[in-house]
Amino acid sequence: MLQLSRDDLVHAYTQMCTIREFEERVHTEFAGGGIPGFVHLYAGEEASGVGVCMHLADKDCIGSTHRGHGHCIAKGCDPIAMMKEIYGRRDGLCGGKGGSMHIADLSKGMMGANGIVGGGPPLICGAALTAKTLKTGGVAVCFVGDGGSNQGTTLESYNLAKVWNLPAVFVVEDNGYAESTAAVWSVGGSQVKRAEAFGMPGVQVDGHDFFAVYEAAGEAISRARDGGGPSLIHVKLNRYYGHFEGDAQTYRGEGEVEELRDSVDCLTAFRQRVTETSLLEPARLDEIEAEAKALIDKAVAESVAAPAPTEADLLTDVYVKY
Amino acid sequence: MAKKSFRQAVNEALAQEMRRDPTVVVMGEDNAGGMGAPGEDDAWGGVLGVTKGLMPEFGRDRVLDTPISESAFIGAAAGAAATGLRPVAELMFVDFMGVCFDQIFNQAGKFRYMFGGKAVTPMVVRTMFGAGFRAASQHSQCLYPIFTHTPGLKVVIPSSPYEAKGLMIQSIRDDDPVIFFEHKVMYDDEEEVPDEPYTIPFGEANVTREGDDVTVVAIGRMVGFANQVADKLEGEGIGCTVIDPRTTSPLDEDSILESVEETGRLVVVDESNPRCNLATDIAALAAENVFDALKAPIRKVTPPHTPVPFAPELEDLYIPSPEKIEAAVRDVAGHRA
Amino acid sequence: MSGDIQAITMPKWGLAMEEGMVVAWHVEPGSEVGAGDDLLDIETTKITNVFEAPVGGLLRRQIVAAGETVPVGALLGVVADPAVEEGEIDAFVTRFNESFEVEAKEAAAAAPETQVVEVAGLPLAYLRMGEAEGTPILLIHGFGGDLNNWLFNLPSLAESHGVYALDLPGHGKSGKAVAKVGLEALAETLAGFMAALGIEDAHLVGHSMGGAIALQLALARPARVASLTLISPAGFGPDINADYIEGFIAAERRKEMKRLLQMLFADPELVSRDMVNDLLKYKRLDGVTAALRAIADAVFPDGRQAGVLSPRLADLAVPLQVVWGAEDRIIPASHAADLPDKVRVHLLDEVGHMPQMEAAGEVNRLIAEIAG
Repeated sequence: MLQLSRDDLVHAYTQMCTIREFEERVHTEFAGGGIPGFVHLYAGEEASGVGVCMHLADKDCIGSTHRGHGHCIAKGCDPIAMMKEIYGRRDGLCGGKGGSMHIADLSKGMMGANGIVGGGPPLICGAALTAKTLKTGGVAVCFVGDGGSNQGTTLESYNLAKVWNLPAVFVVEDNGYAESTAAVWSVGGSQVKRAEAFGMPGVQVDGHDFFAVYEAAGEAISRARDGGGPSLIHVKLNRYYGHFEGDAQTYRGEGEVEELRDSVDCLTAFRQRVTETSLLEPARLDEIEAEAKALIDKAVAESVAAPAPTEADLLTDVYVKY
Repeated sequence: MAKKSFRQAVNEALAQEMRRDPTVVVMGEDNAGGMGAPGEDDAWGGVLGVTKGLMPEFGRDRVLDTPISESAFIGAAAGAAATGLRPVAELMFVDFMGVCFDQIFNQAGKFRYMFGGKAVTPMVVRTMFGAGFRAASQHSQCLYPIFTHTPGLKVVIPSSPYEAKGLMIQSIRDDDPVIFFEHKVMYDDEEEVPDEPYTIPFGEANVTREGDDVTVVAIGRMVGFANQVADKLEGEGIGCTVIDPRTTSPLDEDSILESVEETGRLVVVDESNPRCNLATDIAALAAENVFDALKAPIRKVTPPHTPVPFAPELEDLYIPSPEKIEAAVRDVAGHRA
Repeated sequence: MSGDIQAITMPKWGLAMEEGMVVAWHVEPGSEVGAGDDLLDIETTKITNVFEAPVGGLLRRQIVAAGETVPVGALLGVVADPAVEEGEIDAFVTRFNESFEVEAKEAAAAAPETQVVEVAGLPLAYLRMGEAEGTPILLIHGFGGDLNNWLFNLPSLAESHGVYALDLPGHGKSGKAVAKVGLEALAETLAGFMAALGIEDAHLVGHSMGGAIALQLALARPARVASLTLISPAGFGPDINADYIEGFIAAERRKEMKRLLQMLFADPELVSRDMVNDLLKYKRLDGVTAALRAIADAVFPDGRQAGVLSPRLADLAVPLQVVWGAEDRIIPASHAADLPDKVRVHLLDEVGHMPQMEAAGEVNRLIAEIAG
């Protein structure tokens, strides 16, 4: 199955299960009142983030969206420090100053979830420019939603990446809704044809199929790394929760989410594929799921107990020097 | 040491830093010019020639022409800065911030705080500002108050060629995002500028005149006007201390307040529109901190609350003039508490 | 009789001075004034100082009143024999002012400019003034200074001697990439500077650290040194004001620089805005902090002077005088105690670490005297 080793498959499933477990627990804990602010959950979309980031090293950068927890975990951010950040704790990944929408770890090449729809694409053009100028061999990938695909910043970035021939990949995660507005209404034309209009290759893949995402991303990322310029991947997928937690999702069809969970869950599909082909045993997969659950249990327990930031923290970290 | 223009001073600062540090790149619309066109290379060197000559020396890989696409390339500068380059991006006229401000104030300016102090974003946005060019409402504004308002950004407004070179080199070496304002009417101003690289620290006001009676705080092009007025009034026995803050963020509050404590009178000259501008900010600073020292009401000299007009007669009325500054100084000097 | 009428004109203190303001006259019209007496106070953007009468005689006119600002070379006053008629003085003043504008332009064109000579790969800036033949005078500034420290001395000394003033390595307009920074190395650089300009020997005048460099050169190569005038010199004892040295290296800000410079003078009011700004402009140049750091580490390590040369004075045949301000807060005047009898020591009251500025007239006379 492609060039994936047993270790790769274990890693992929571990990542996807960790994200799912993370998001399910954030859902529960948020409802229980333990988490302040807004959270936007990635449950259902795991195969996309993991399928792409499996090709990336720390020197490669990603830009993300307000729905960024999955991208963070897939890019190697520490889930415990992430959970603390979402709880607004002093030893969270960003000291409790960023929160869910701004989790970042530049040491891992994670340039931040982004509270601004369409905020990320220009930034990853910059990361790609750094890689190109300093000849690091790195690439930069931007995740953007179907909503963000309509922002001028995104379309400008397609153009800039093309005319500067940047090692960049745009991954449009199309979960069918920009907030409550359906993509079938809000997106004119086709994502792939938009790519083609800017002179870059574009493909559409099934975002519930880890292996399809992995293969398409591998091709685009290799092309970028080899100096072949930018590409676009249109990933069709679904989210299991609302735009944000607390969204009653009255705009969705009756039973829509339940049916999606039953029919096109990327974890179920992965499990089925690797067990049918005897690449991983059900017992090993169960073990991975249990490990993910234990990790997230630990993350939540530590986060609940962790200290809040203090008044002194309010004024620090605005500037390097002022 | 030779006389150099404001334009040459900025150009020399860029060239010297690009020679010193291979991670410094410049980018912007027509920064070299002629990209992809059949004619001359380095055709423009920026719309007013400030970056002319950089591309022939440093190549297209470090002097990047861009599409007219400010959101993308200003954001790219932010992303590049966060990942290891020191980009100097040109936002041709500051009026164009409207099409890219998100990348400056929501992205670059907030990285460090949002990411818990772990991001370093050493980018410079060079931008032209100011009235007097008959360029009308969308090419003549000041707008530095908006950037000054935003935590995470530093805002630099040089008032002369010497200041421009030292402040530009400091801006490039600075690890925070810096918005560097160049007054388009001042590009041909000349003064002695050292050939060697040098830096002027941020948050250290320059005192350009010393006098006992009135403190005049002036910004950018207004510093020269304030100096003219101070020189004229000195002969009449009205002594002005003229303070050029150099940077509005950080702002050298101490130098302003200490001077007002000595003179008891404050005039603030600010070419930006009057609501929520630097003049209101500095006036409030003085009123809040040295109220007891004041011998006269604080006076602000600013344009009116209008867009910048086109007709030369109107634009001349719009810009704070030495005459208006003089009148304000005479007015406060007349108060003898 | 116009030969008996002498013009007192606005002096040019330093290359940048274009005009000066008369602060106050010390001599009333109709009074006798001796050459070298305090005549009037002049304020420039850099400094305010006493202007000593360049000639003696009866002060007949004060042309420029206190508070007025006039260009360099403008007529300030008239000294003339009592026998000269008022009408002749009127005519003299008229003629002077008519020709002044032309002369001012010529003088501006002929104003000396700093030149550069390369010594051991490092560009050294210097100024040459005075047309006189014979052994020239060479002025060597101290730590953190530059050739402009001699602004009150250059024009006066240039009347009788050829005068050179240089910027030491790492200072002024000289190269900042200094390699050799100890007293011996700096003295060798000075010897190299003299050789490069074909100066066989010179009357050395050294201030502070420049004094120690001059003395070191005299000890190492006595044939190159015709006489030594050491002003508040280093090299005479272990003490040095470490707060000043370290503060000067670190200073980036106006207020801090002003505080430090005020330590240099007995009268802190002498420190002007322009003086502070000029030094900040120098300090901001790339390489300056590193150069000063390297020199200070070699010459003033751990807040003490590394080289105490005065015990070797007994072996020195070169004529030597020492000038010290009694209120020196950088290097104590007590270092001038107990020197061999052959050393002439001039201790100046109400003067700090900068006698060549604070008591320029006296220092100029002493230099001219030893230089013959």
